[in-house]
Amino acid sequence: MATETTAVNAGIIAHAEELVREMQAGNEAQVTNLLNLINTAREEGIYHEVGKMTRQLHDALNSFAQETRLDELTEDEIPDARARLRYVITLTRQAADRSLNAVEKTLPKCDQLSERIARLGTSWQNFKRREMSVDQFRELSAELEAFFTDAEQDTSDIREGLNDIMMAQDFQDLTGQIITRVIELVEEVEGNLVELVRLTGTKFSNTEEKDAGKDKKPDIEAAGPAIPGVGKSDLVSGQDEVDDLLSSLGF
Amino acid sequence: MKILIVDDFSTMRRIIKNLLRDLGFSNTQEADDGLTALPMLQAGGFDFLVTDWNMPGMQGIDLLKAVRADAELASLPVLMVTAEQKREQIIEAAQAGVNGYIVKPFTAQTLKEKIDKIFERIDAGG
Repeated sequence: MATETTAVNAGIIAHAEELVREMQAGNEAQVTNLLNLINTAREEGIYHEVGKMTRQLHDALNSFAQETRLDELTEDEIPDARARLRYVITLTRQAADRSLNAVEKTLPKCDQLSERIARLGTSWQNFKRREMSVDQFRELSAELEAFFTDAEQDTSDIREGLNDIMMAQDFQDLTGQIITRVIELVEEVEGNLVELVRLTGTKFSNTEEKDAGKDKKPDIEAAGPAIPGVGKSDLVSGQDEVDDLLSSLGF
Repeated sequence: MKILIVDDFSTMRRIIKNLLRDLGFSNTQEADDGLTALPMLQAGGFDFLVTDWNMPGMQGIDLLKAVRADAELASLPVLMVTAEQKREQIIEAAQAGVNGYIVKPFTAQTLKEKIDKIFERIDAGG
């Protein structure tokens, strides 16, 4: 490009020197002619430069489109990410519902239990102070017996409720994995956009240094939690299928 | 019975730890990826390994392979508890010598069944 510009400039300089001579000689027709020639040469230079810049921009954008995954990102991965985030909402809502249901079921049991204990405690004090008739004692005895039976069931129900609340917390692992993947996607999109801005900006240099960022992938890659509706095939649908697959492998 | 639980999410480690305690295994330790787990295992004393697949640092599948490649650890029972559920991954784990594979989310019942099954098979000498 530098040599072409120099060639164009050299032509203009030659014309300009001739122009000075013709002006001194008072040769007006020739002066007009030379001025026109100089103008044309300058315009040609500008057109040439603009043309070249247009081509570079075009090439740069083309190779950008080929080298980045912008198409893939916008067509597949962003909608994918949307489905993933919606699934996070579903998982967190399910976990919250499950926990709250367990709490609502368990709390009344605790209340009943402590009421019964308080009642029995009062009766027991009366018994110890010998302020109890035989009938009242029979009543207390029956009540105690019923309490022992029920308390076993009640505590096991409470235990179950607490276990349910614990298991509901598994959403944190699954949603954490899903969100981490979406964050990676957002970072990739951001990187691509920055690159696009760089390319379309006034200073655009050559686009080499690409490809270097492609990091080494492990032999078998972790795919993360399965998202309903975000479908790669080849997924098992649950523990039963895992068991079937493993038993087909001799497990 | 000393058990090592490996998962990068502490919530999941706590859940597994509590479930194991419920099943009568109260001697557990935790690690957050394969790189931390392997030296702990190599230091000795563990009878059972429960590991996730997808973790930063060293993934569960690589931990499994490292365990099987280590003469001292080769026969350590390994149960994988993971959200990874591609067929090729399950096959890969099986080929690497996993003893059991549970997909998340799982139930306490599933964990119990798989652990029982692993020990049955070990007791049977398989």
